[in-house]
Amino acid sequence: MNNELKNKKTEIALFVTCLVDLFRPSVAFATIKLLKEYGYTVVVPKAQSCCGQPAYNSGDYEGAKKVASAVINEFDKYKNVIVPSGSCAGMMAKHYVDLFKDDPEFSKKSLIFSKKVQELISFLSKIPDRKKLHSNFKGTITYHDSCSSLREAGVKHQARELLQEIKGLKIKELKHTEVCCGFGGTFCVKYPQISERMVSEKVADAEASGAEILLSGDLGCLMNIAGRASREGKKIECRHVIEVMADMTSVSPIGKKMKREK
Amino acid sequence: MTVNPTSNNFKENAKKALADDNLQAALNNLKGGLISKRKEAIKRLPEFDAISTRAKNIKDEVFLDLDFYLEKFEKKTIEYGGVVHWAEDANDAKNIILELLKSINAKIMTKGKTLISEEIGLNEFLEENGIEPVETDLGEYIVQIAGEKPSHIIAPALHKTKENVADLFHEIHSPLGYKERQNSASALVAEARSVLRKRYLEADAGLTGANFLVAETGSTAIVTNEGNGDLTQSLPKMHIVLATIDKVVPTLEDVSTILRVLNPSATGQDMATYVTFSTGPKRRDDNAGPDQFHVVILDNGRSDLIGTDKQDVLRCIRCGACMNHCPVYGAVGGHAYGWVYPGPIGAALNPALIGIEKSHHLPNASTFCGRCEEVCPMQIPLPKIMRHWRNEEWKKKIPKYSVRLVLKLWLFLVLNPVLYRIVSSIFVRILSFFSPQKGYFSNLPFASGWTSVRDFPAPEGKSFLSQWEEEHDDNK
Repeated sequence: MNNELKNKKTEIALFVTCLVDLFRPSVAFATIKLLKEYGYTVVVPKAQSCCGQPAYNSGDYEGAKKVASAVINEFDKYKNVIVPSGSCAGMMAKHYVDLFKDDPEFSKKSLIFSKKVQELISFLSKIPDRKKLHSNFKGTITYHDSCSSLREAGVKHQARELLQEIKGLKIKELKHTEVCCGFGGTFCVKYPQISERMVSEKVADAEASGAEILLSGDLGCLMNIAGRASREGKKIECRHVIEVMADMTSVSPIGKKMKREK
Repeated sequence: MTVNPTSNNFKENAKKALADDNLQAALNNLKGGLISKRKEAIKRLPEFDAISTRAKNIKDEVFLDLDFYLEKFEKKTIEYGGVVHWAEDANDAKNIILELLKSINAKIMTKGKTLISEEIGLNEFLEENGIEPVETDLGEYIVQIAGEKPSHIIAPALHKTKENVADLFHEIHSPLGYKERQNSASALVAEARSVLRKRYLEADAGLTGANFLVAETGSTAIVTNEGNGDLTQSLPKMHIVLATIDKVVPTLEDVSTILRVLNPSATGQDMATYVTFSTGPKRRDDNAGPDQFHVVILDNGRSDLIGTDKQDVLRCIRCGACMNHCPVYGAVGGHAYGWVYPGPIGAALNPALIGIEKSHHLPNASTFCGRCEEVCPMQIPLPKIMRHWRNEEWKKKIPKYSVRLVLKLWLFLVLNPVLYRIVSSIFVRILSFFSPQKGYFSNLPFASGWTSVRDFPAPEGKSFLSQWEEEHDDNK
């Protein structure tokens, strides 16, 4: 029995993330497309919105717990929960456990749940005997390691290795690839000048890399970098890495002119 | 009271710092060097992670029995002829030191590098009382004669370029007979050394900090590269050590364990040039050394952290790696933080020492990128502790009412999925409707924090969930 058939038995629940839901549905469609190609069944649980980070990182632990328990209750019935963001995956797999450390009901629940949650790229890289990516994409890219993908989901080489399977794709690395882009959730609006310095340096690094496209696994970073590149009038395009992996790059890059349907 | 913090002006401080070309040049010169030196040093020590875990465990175990180890240290110190003084807060510590100095009619006191002295505002206090403190660590000396404060915990004058120092020395040292302006780093160091040599001999007392208080021997230890600490503590009649309660370790073996991670993390050295142990005053047969040996042990709010979710911050060994790797520190430098400890460790520690009301920006001015925690040799979860401070703030309702209101509304929506989908899809539709052809907004009134420095990418169109629902009417 080949793996595509084996995987068919495996159901995956997609946690879309609020940024993807609102600003970049293509990321979710690309994720579903690729997971289906690998033989998985993908479901999108209805009662989902946000992972709770805005409350958590604002120090509202009680609010965050409410969101977290809602997420756990909605997704608990699935064996695999895939998240196309290192940041939200880190929240769900790591910080929920911290939040509920002393909670009689959810301390165990959150621990079990944390084992089910996987960041998308990390998950893809671990699919056994996987067929190589066959995207028709052509171009030179650079990959931005989002801090939470890198440090919470442990994604670094996996993204590069997957991308290298795409024949027409060339990778050029950023000079300071492990340095934050200055997004940081509410940080970027609370301390815009410091954030500006950080993201300008990232945009400059991206330009210096010689790549045409910057890819990353987190939409927060991407909107920040794309927004700053646009403000500076830079040509570099930003996309979520899954768009390239799933060969769904017909949609305009983030923050660029949209090809409107209708 | 401690030195007055200006941490509540963090935003203004940061703005100034970003526009200060000289500071930016100084930051650029140094931060890259410290990062790569650390990396190289750790490459040479493959067992770094294992030693780091041992170092962390040493401190964690000490904190389970802190009083026991401190008392053991005191007992041993007394055994060797020293005196231990306990100071609950900054005022206690300052008064104890002043009384000690008065008892020998001291006029001049040399100082090795000590952050605690900055924390309690010792220099200003001594000056007011007619005693001249003389900083002997090169960086501290530069900062002192410039009338400034340190901007980095191991490189106090990191905010100054070599040219700044050359100008400063020329101005201050000219009246002392050093007429020529020196340009090379080595000539500047030689000039400072020559000026300071005389001061060591004039001093009545010498004060140093301590990297370690060793319980089993009653010794204090300092880690330096300039040898200034040795001259400070061994030439005058009295040696005063100023340290905090968290510096105690059980054994000399523990000191060597922690040293092995401290030096690579701080300066990229395998071992600092000098590690000096002081155990009591001069013995009867000794030719040199102080007649009196005093250790002032300060709490200043630290014991309140024991047993709390912020205790881990006490493991800090002041290597500075967190600030060297912090993108926020790298952008604004140390002075913007407005108090003694800058960077991530300051954001985690200062609220405990000066109160969250006076430092609320510090734990907020972080993207939680996690690089500080990654490089911390004592494995302090710095972002987590900063988040705990945000939690304290939240509970005390320190964030602006408007911020709390927005978050409450958001929470209400998020917890009501059906309403959330309706509201969010309307929001996206409106945003899409108004979105310019170019694909981004240059200005959004409700997100001016964002659009003041970057464009706002327009949404693709309809929200994903509403599209999915249309396609999968009967979806579970």
